[in-house]
Amino acid sequence: MTDAKATTGTSLVKRGLAEMLKGGVIMDVINVEQAKIAEDAGAVAVMALERVPADIRAQGGVSRMSDPDMIDSIIAAVSIPVMAKARIGHFVEAQILQSLKVDYIDESEVLSPADYVHHINKWKFEVPFVCGATNLGEALRRITEGAAMIRSKGEAGTGDVSEAMKHIRTISSEIAALAAKNEDDLYVAAKELQAPYELVKEVARTGKLPVVMFVAGGVATPADAAMMMQMGADGVFVGSGIFKSGDPVARAKAIVKATTFYDNPDVLAEVSRGLGEAMVGINVSDLPAPHRLAERGW
Amino acid sequence: MTLPIGVLALQGDFREHAAALDRIGVSSLKVRTLQELESVSALIIPGGESTVIHKLSVAYGLFQPIKAKIKAGLPIFGTCAGLIMLSDEIIDGISGQETFGGLDVTVQRNAFGHQLDSFEVDLDFEGITDGQVHAAFIRAPLITRVGAAASVVAQLPNGGVVGVQQENLLGISFHPEVTGEDRIHALFAKLAKV
Repeated sequence: MTDAKATTGTSLVKRGLAEMLKGGVIMDVINVEQAKIAEDAGAVAVMALERVPADIRAQGGVSRMSDPDMIDSIIAAVSIPVMAKARIGHFVEAQILQSLKVDYIDESEVLSPADYVHHINKWKFEVPFVCGATNLGEALRRITEGAAMIRSKGEAGTGDVSEAMKHIRTISSEIAALAAKNEDDLYVAAKELQAPYELVKEVARTGKLPVVMFVAGGVATPADAAMMMQMGADGVFVGSGIFKSGDPVARAKAIVKATTFYDNPDVLAEVSRGLGEAMVGINVSDLPAPHRLAERGW
Repeated sequence: MTLPIGVLALQGDFREHAAALDRIGVSSLKVRTLQELESVSALIIPGGESTVIHKLSVAYGLFQPIKAKIKAGLPIFGTCAGLIMLSDEIIDGISGQETFGGLDVTVQRNAFGHQLDSFEVDLDFEGITDGQVHAAFIRAPLITRVGAAASVVAQLPNGGVVGVQQENLLGISFHPEVTGEDRIHALFAKLAKV
């Protein structure tokens, strides 16, 4: 704060940072070396975490907030915003992340939920939160709790983009359906979406969420990223897709370019060449239900 | 027919700038290619990540042409990352980070600290006489040196310089495009004679 009259932690500055990330790629990184590769490749922000989702999935067990030392080292290494994950409902992990001065907290289904009833009351924090959603009602409930940015969940750690596609299509078509409703029907829609009427009315009027929406979960190639942008995403999160691939430097740069030139197939063809092996991947349809991360949170 | 004002649309909040121009009745064009750059009467460089805007402008052959346009007198307005891109000198850039330059100033990236230090404040703006401007500073840069050719147009209550103009160039640390403050866009349109 620079002056007595200046105010920090407002919805405007929380949502505003997400506005500045638009058209960009946020990359999962597990150490300083990866964070620097991400920054050099043109990531707009990095997500600092100890294990990428593919490893969390492979290793199993309870997955928690990362070690503060690891997060500090990444904050010190890069000049772009640093995000970190807290477990769903784990407000103390969030307090710790705020104390570390991360730029954004991801209340994430990739970690093991800490509370199966409540999400974090995000209004109590000055640091902004991004939360996952699989449908419009879920997105609006997170915004009601104070989320300043939404990411569709997809199915993290799979390299299978089909769930990300399902979630962004669901959210987009639910928004379009709201926009076509009359006032009487919006009351019913609010009940069905389990979201506050005022927020539902705002989405119906503007035809979009009141916060920025990125796509996450399963994006592994430049074409995947570009498809999400063509579907109307404001930007993309890439988790395991970069550093679990054969040539992370080339792939990171290619996904950044594909996200900017998402509607230019000539550029997309050029950046898709010679990237080496993509992450191996798992088909979501082969995952037994208890291992589907997108079903965490409600 | 007047040409539209371009908005550099590589990354960041370019849609908000286009919307602000629309609200003041000025047509805009998203600029991502050389051909689009040739079709505008002025250019806005939006908020976003300056490191990313730099890399993408190089990758797509816009870096040198924009530098040339600045020298040739194209009116350009930069907000936040856009201000960084217009500065002759930057502090706390990443290794290899370059700017278009043109403003005889030194700008410090993320000068206020982390996102937790992002803030809103009211301030005076040179040329706007009907009340203060409500300004949002988001991981914002600060102008730490103002050269002889540049003049200060906005300051924080503590005196920190957050807006400068130098002939055809206007650069500010904050985001009128996200607060619905359209008077600065109107000033720029006047500067650009649109």
